[in-house]
Amino acid sequence: MTGYRLSSGGLVDRSKSLSFTFDGRPLRGLAGDTLASALLANDQLLVGRSFKYHRPRGIVSAGPSEPNALVTIGTGPRSDANTKATVAELYGGLTARSQNRWPSLGFDIGAVNGALSPFLGAGFYYKTFMWPKQFWERVYEPFIRRAAGLGRAVLERDPETYEKSWAHCDLLVVGAGPAGLMAALTAARAGLRVIVADEDFRLGGSLLSTSETIDGAPASILADRVVAELQALGNVTLLSRTTVFGWYDDNVFGAVERVQKHVAEPSLKIASERVWRIVAKRALLATGAEERPLVFGGNDRPGVMMAGAMTTYAERYGVAAGKQVAIFTSGSAGYRTAHALAAKGISVAAIVDARAEAADQAPDGVRVIRSASIVDTKGRQRLRGIVVERSGFEELIACDALGMHGGWSPVVHLACQRGARPAWSEELKAFVAPDVGGGLRVIGAANGVYTLSGCFNDGAEKAAAIAADLGFSASRGASPAIDGETAPSFTALWYVPGAKSKAFVDFQNDVHAKDLGLALREGFGHVEHAKRYTTSGMATDQGKLSNINAVGILAGMRGVSPADVGTTTFRPFYTPVSFGALAGTARDEHATPARKSPLHGWAMKNGATFVEAGLWHRSAWFPRAGEKTWRDSVDREVLNVRANVGLCDVSTLGKIEVFGPDAAEFLNRLYCNPVLKLPVGKARYGLMLREDGFVFDDGTVSRLADEHFFLTTTTAMAGAVMAHMEYCAQALWPDLDVRFVSSTDQWAQLAIAGPKARAVLQHLVDEDISEGALPFLSARKVVLKTGVSARLFRISFSGELAFELAVPAGYGEAVADQIMEAGRPHDICAYGVEALNVLRLEKGLLTHAEFDGRVTPDDAGLGRMLSMQKTDFIGKRLSSRYGLTAADRMQLVGLKPVDADKDMRAGAHLLKEGTKPSTLNDQGWVSSAGFSPVLGHSIALAFLKSGRERYGEKVIVFDKLRDQEILAEVCDPVFVDPQNEKLKA
Amino acid sequence: MASLITCPHCGVRPKEEFAIRGDASRARPEPLAPDDAWHDYVYVRANPRGRTFEHWHHIAGCRRFLVVERDTATHEVYSVVDAADFARRAEG
Repeated sequence: MTGYRLSSGGLVDRSKSLSFTFDGRPLRGLAGDTLASALLANDQLLVGRSFKYHRPRGIVSAGPSEPNALVTIGTGPRSDANTKATVAELYGGLTARSQNRWPSLGFDIGAVNGALSPFLGAGFYYKTFMWPKQFWERVYEPFIRRAAGLGRAVLERDPETYEKSWAHCDLLVVGAGPAGLMAALTAARAGLRVIVADEDFRLGGSLLSTSETIDGAPASILADRVVAELQALGNVTLLSRTTVFGWYDDNVFGAVERVQKHVAEPSLKIASERVWRIVAKRALLATGAEERPLVFGGNDRPGVMMAGAMTTYAERYGVAAGKQVAIFTSGSAGYRTAHALAAKGISVAAIVDARAEAADQAPDGVRVIRSASIVDTKGRQRLRGIVVERSGFEELIACDALGMHGGWSPVVHLACQRGARPAWSEELKAFVAPDVGGGLRVIGAANGVYTLSGCFNDGAEKAAAIAADLGFSASRGASPAIDGETAPSFTALWYVPGAKSKAFVDFQNDVHAKDLGLALREGFGHVEHAKRYTTSGMATDQGKLSNINAVGILAGMRGVSPADVGTTTFRPFYTPVSFGALAGTARDEHATPARKSPLHGWAMKNGATFVEAGLWHRSAWFPRAGEKTWRDSVDREVLNVRANVGLCDVSTLGKIEVFGPDAAEFLNRLYCNPVLKLPVGKARYGLMLREDGFVFDDGTVSRLADEHFFLTTTTAMAGAVMAHMEYCAQALWPDLDVRFVSSTDQWAQLAIAGPKARAVLQHLVDEDISEGALPFLSARKVVLKTGVSARLFRISFSGELAFELAVPAGYGEAVADQIMEAGRPHDICAYGVEALNVLRLEKGLLTHAEFDGRVTPDDAGLGRMLSMQKTDFIGKRLSSRYGLTAADRMQLVGLKPVDADKDMRAGAHLLKEGTKPSTLNDQGWVSSAGFSPVLGHSIALAFLKSGRERYGEKVIVFDKLRDQEILAEVCDPVFVDPQNEKLKA
Repeated sequence: MASLITCPHCGVRPKEEFAIRGDASRARPEPLAPDDAWHDYVYVRANPRGRTFEHWHHIAGCRRFLVVERDTATHEVYSVVDAADFARRAEG
């Protein structure tokens, strides 16, 4: 094949020459070219290597069904792998690289696979690479991975931006060919809000590539005229370069618009790709029909392509696929291609017609060979000739390009994406769209209508019916007259017998006809099995060209109709969509925004190191000069809180305000402990269970007024507790008069803890906060000396004399500064969540490290909180189950190492002395562990079988991850100040 | 699954605004109901092909729990009501 640019014709702009490169070779094309048409014009026939056998491959199609011409476009982080050259719009400066070849496209070592093909048949990897077992990971898989594969993903960060958008319309028209354009025009003139989406960069579909004329003019003139009228109407949105990839429930369509994939230097101010979700009252599918390839020996030689693609390259791009072209056809469209090429002055060597009889007329002087087939092709990296067989007589015909035509298949993917399967039409010899209701109708060639006039009429009629249905009045304009129109016909020809070399069904995945036979012989004849066994239709093109032939061949082998074989399942996406487009703007901080406490600035000023906890950035510790490790800082903070005073940001705790006459009753049903009679001005520790009896969350409940409660939750469960409360209030007890709202972000909450906490705090308030006036578990509203309204709680998560002061978020940093200033004479320090964790660990106070969803209140030593006298609360009924009250449950204990130098770690398991590690011997696990600077050794909280009876016993702390075994003594979980003397000081 | 849900408070909204909690057909048993009733309520879930009632929480909207009546096979949505109305109706 010798591709070249014709001296005239086509819809390309011959005054605009564009330079581009292919595998580093500088080439020139024209504005309006695709990469494929430009490559053909430059006689670059070899464009890729096949997946398995690394066979040389050329361009087969002129559209999105392309199996071979997959290239990587762009460089560096802007590389787009597996881009179809047949739909890639050419631009100046485009760089394209071929894929799956080494060291070069022309000389590829991997082609040795072709010689090994007897061993690489369908399912070879299930059979060939079985033994020895350990070879799979070390030898076979790395080898296969290196040999197979298409383009490579780049590791650099994608600099482009993406976005998503919703659109709403009365009518969505998918495809802007003759049927789609006429439908859109009819509906738009009637006043419907219309969206037209087409994957091409130029609207018109087959009107841009047909050799037919309308009213004596090229069909593209009509397309331009209709597009211009649609553009001028205010109720029409034209989306070119937009592929509708999916049809979803409620007539919502997914589409991807390639906004600036066709420019050399995309602007960062607008998205490169945009995903549309289109809500359409009605939709018309005008996606046309796919031409079928023929399965004959040597059908993958570069130079063999679809006959219709040849017409497209000649008519739309002014490019000849070869100088001496042969046609192999089982239908009249092959003759149409021959006429189109002959009219452009391209020599047609012969028309090989598989049919015995046909009314079709060949161009003058072109030889027609009927009842004939092609059994082989000659040439290596380009076609040199074909071997034509008729009644046992073989003839070699020289040609440099071959157009094949095996009939038409309507493109019905979208209509089949919601479960309905396509139906076989004996009349059309094709699978057609099922009836999927009024929301989506199929028109034009997608509906099996193959004449231009038929497409115009079908589109206009169905659009008018939709308009009427939606209450618009539509009038049909006069249909354009097609000159000398004939209806195409074809005979289905799934497989050409007598192949002298491999006859490929699926080009991209190298599946040939014999592979399907093997699948059937080995019991994988069901169409879904055959697909997986042979990988036919599993490549990036999803078998757009190949599936129908695979079905036909299976039907033939099984001796049934294609209707009995059926198709594989159609799912989104119609063509591949980039991950970037699907992610849209949801990346980096837009995917995981940083939640910052109102005291974040204060923590920054005080030199905090932050830790991410969910979305929150929490201050973890506050290093000072001379401190070498985080432990130095944390130990100092802990000791300072125990000896003096510290300030900690606890704003991330969930906060919920609860109001209403039934607020107390509502909370009484939510918490397992009593809340009903909590006095105004008091706080209480509260435990919520799940309905199955296990602990859900813990926190404090404060009663600020008779009908106003204030709850805190853990940081992690703030959202879940809110949703749980909403469920209980709305779905379980809708008649309780209660309202609540999250105020997590409204309050800055500061914990001031340590023996000198009161002295520090007294600087900020006039009120008496002495033990007598504001005893432990007080909760009240106060006004700071500065006039700021605040809430003051006597609660402690450290075992020290402690207060929690809540101020409106905006005042948080100023109040924190004030406390630090007032605390300076008392040696105040800022402390973070690490010190907070050590302080609570020393006191045996619990977090979600303990409440891991498998723990009952009694397991945690909080059994006395369960108020079984209450009529009802969430989790009450199942709390009394035997399994949850058994004596050998894991119970909370403390652990201290026998050898004080040993560090225990959370996640370790517990074993009796002298037993081997096994599931059977497992005695429990360590839930939290840390170094206690007060005690000078490691301490841990753990759950141990019947643990409360085993204080004093020695157990092995077995940590397989760190490969250590430590002997530890079981003890009470409260390590420091067991009498709570400091708490109420 | 439906792409769009008609919230009785907010109108037609995309399904991404909702969190699905699950079966809404069971009423919470009385506190003293037998073990079996509580066991079924907490642990046993049907997985029907066909018409179901589910709690959908409009987390990115009005924060109301809704009861969505829909078909798991055809994805058709038959009704959407507020969970409180649904609960009252079940009791009444």
